[in-house]
Amino acid sequence: MTLRELAKHKPARIIGFKTDDSDKETRLREIGFAEGDIVEALHFGLFGRNPMSVRLNGALIAMRSAEAQAVLVEPLNA
Amino acid sequence: MRNETELGVLDKNKIARLALLGAPNCGKTSLFNALTGGRAKVANYPGVTVEYRKGMFSLPNQQEIELLDLPGVYGDCGHSMDERVAIDAVRGNLKGERRPDGLIFMMDASQVTTHLHNVLQAKNYGLPMVLVLNMMDMAARDGIDIDVGQLEDMLGVPVISCVAVRASGRAHLLDFLSEWTGDVLHGSAARPTIEADTLKDLQAKARQITGGTVSRIQQAETFTQRIDKIVLHPVLGLLLLLGILFVMFQAVYSWSGPGIEAIEAIIGWMQSGVNSVVPEGWMRSLLSDGIIAGVGSVIVFLPQIVILFAFILLLEASGYMARAAFLVDTIMARIGLNGRAFIPLLSSFACAIPGIMAARTIEQEKDRLTTILIAPLMTCSARWPVYFLIIGAFIPAQKVGLFSLQGLVAFGLVIVGIIFAMIMAFLFKKTLMKGAKSTLLIELPSYKAPVFKDYLRGLWERAMIFISRAGRIILPTSILIWFLASYPANSATIRETFAGKIGTILEPVLKPIGFNLEIAISLIPGMAAREVVVGALGTIYALGADADEKLSQTLQNAWSLPTALAFLAWFVFAPQCLSTLAIMKKETNGWKWPIFAFAYLFVLAYAAAGITYHTAKAFGL
Repeated sequence: MTLRELAKHKPARIIGFKTDDSDKETRLREIGFAEGDIVEALHFGLFGRNPMSVRLNGALIAMRSAEAQAVLVEPLNA
Repeated sequence: MRNETELGVLDKNKIARLALLGAPNCGKTSLFNALTGGRAKVANYPGVTVEYRKGMFSLPNQQEIELLDLPGVYGDCGHSMDERVAIDAVRGNLKGERRPDGLIFMMDASQVTTHLHNVLQAKNYGLPMVLVLNMMDMAARDGIDIDVGQLEDMLGVPVISCVAVRASGRAHLLDFLSEWTGDVLHGSAARPTIEADTLKDLQAKARQITGGTVSRIQQAETFTQRIDKIVLHPVLGLLLLLGILFVMFQAVYSWSGPGIEAIEAIIGWMQSGVNSVVPEGWMRSLLSDGIIAGVGSVIVFLPQIVILFAFILLLEASGYMARAAFLVDTIMARIGLNGRAFIPLLSSFACAIPGIMAARTIEQEKDRLTTILIAPLMTCSARWPVYFLIIGAFIPAQKVGLFSLQGLVAFGLVIVGIIFAMIMAFLFKKTLMKGAKSTLLIELPSYKAPVFKDYLRGLWERAMIFISRAGRIILPTSILIWFLASYPANSATIRETFAGKIGTILEPVLKPIGFNLEIAISLIPGMAAREVVVGALGTIYALGADADEKLSQTLQNAWSLPTALAFLAWFVFAPQCLSTLAIMKKETNGWKWPIFAFAYLFVLAYAAAGITYHTAKAFGL
């Protein structure tokens, strides 16, 4: 599944990136998303769960669904 | 006093040039202010208009340092204009700027795990580098423990822990720099080894390093997380943001009274001083009606400007501003922009110029252009003197429930500006700026108490900018207006003066929207800056009025309510501001967009004033 579909307060592990836009992957990696990291969705915007804020290693990152869709995750206790 | 030989490696003739590099919000500017005492030179990089700050300071061993405060950047790609400038500066690719001798890489200690790969990336610049872990105290509070010695070994660059905002927290860094800078200048400082080049590999290595050096005790909930439950709540958060903006505009009115009265008293005292010393004649008129009335009518709004900025700077320094961007992003998405545009747009409430320049952080070119085009619709501080004057004169100072009616009207004008900005952005994105997709990817910093000294310095800088504008722009235009409105000397009415003759040309165009001759005259110098209109009205009416009457009283007698309301409506859109058009030209590399912006704002201003005037008349106001 992608980070976009992750339910609130359900920690998940990043397993990779999937996007046609290599620039998008670069930006995600530069700000700190990496394979093996734990992410947790904390807040959603008013309309269509967009944008969302995600906890990543003690940082809080705000992102749109277009970005969140490029991050592949697997829930921790699935 | 130490002598030359004891100083050893110190070379007194050489100034070391160090650059501060790091992610946004890691505390670069706090360290910069603390080290340089805030004596910074704000300059532009040649060719591009990204602002950067340069400052000098001396280390404990008297080594002189020139320090560069660069825009915040994560990696080495440079996705936006200001990121590219930071990277070009470090690579030595900026024309006319010498490459730094060494890098101070700054990092929020609580974000080491998230950002360490950026340090590995920066090693590839090949410059001597030191990693400064800032806010170690806050990291410890959050249960993060960093083995600094071990980190240094594994990373291959010196690591210094630091609390930039406290002198005791900087001592260690200064001691280190004393030794290191000497080595840097002599070329004996270690240059970092080059790292693997794919980001994925760098991240894997960084995670391996932090895995062995950083431990985190899982905390129940941090202070920031608890606050964010409300602040980032989709409904409560937006209500809170609206509430904050509302309180801000109320405060601008409710708290500024005593300050304004004091300044008015000084102006009155100066005018009567001039009148008693200078004999009746052109000289007295120039000083009293031209200079003091013209400049005074703008300076009187200083207390309100200061209160406005007191709020904006507080929201920025506390970490709230990025959250406001998150909250409004959901709305910005509807108009095709992203939340990142919120920060330039909010800056535009102070002045469109820094706002337009701040748009450089927007990665997509079409989003950046759209943001630049709508920035002038935000109620900039140059409009406030106009609003304050007209609202003060025509809107009764009464309470509506808890709120002042004047504050409500001002708030309403701001909201109208915002609504039109959204409509225009939507239209631009549907037509001229079609096809660009916008994104949002920003870090929301932890909340922190602003550093009081930095906060006061920021406030002081803003106040000085306002006052110096009054000196540079309002003073000469006041003198010019006084001359045009006073001569030929035998003019019986304003219409016979030079100013009146120029105004007469514009009058037929402006009459249908309720503007009189005096307004037409004041709008001409108002091209220079919007608040000049107030100074110009001050001068024009001072020449014809009783000496002791205040401008607002004069206007009450001279203007009808529909005219006053139409004037307010005009200023929601007011296209006139040469500096804004000039910065637009610079930022978009040509006259096409500034001319387009002027044209669309003029059409909106004219239509809004006309509709307001005729509606008000129809209601018998």
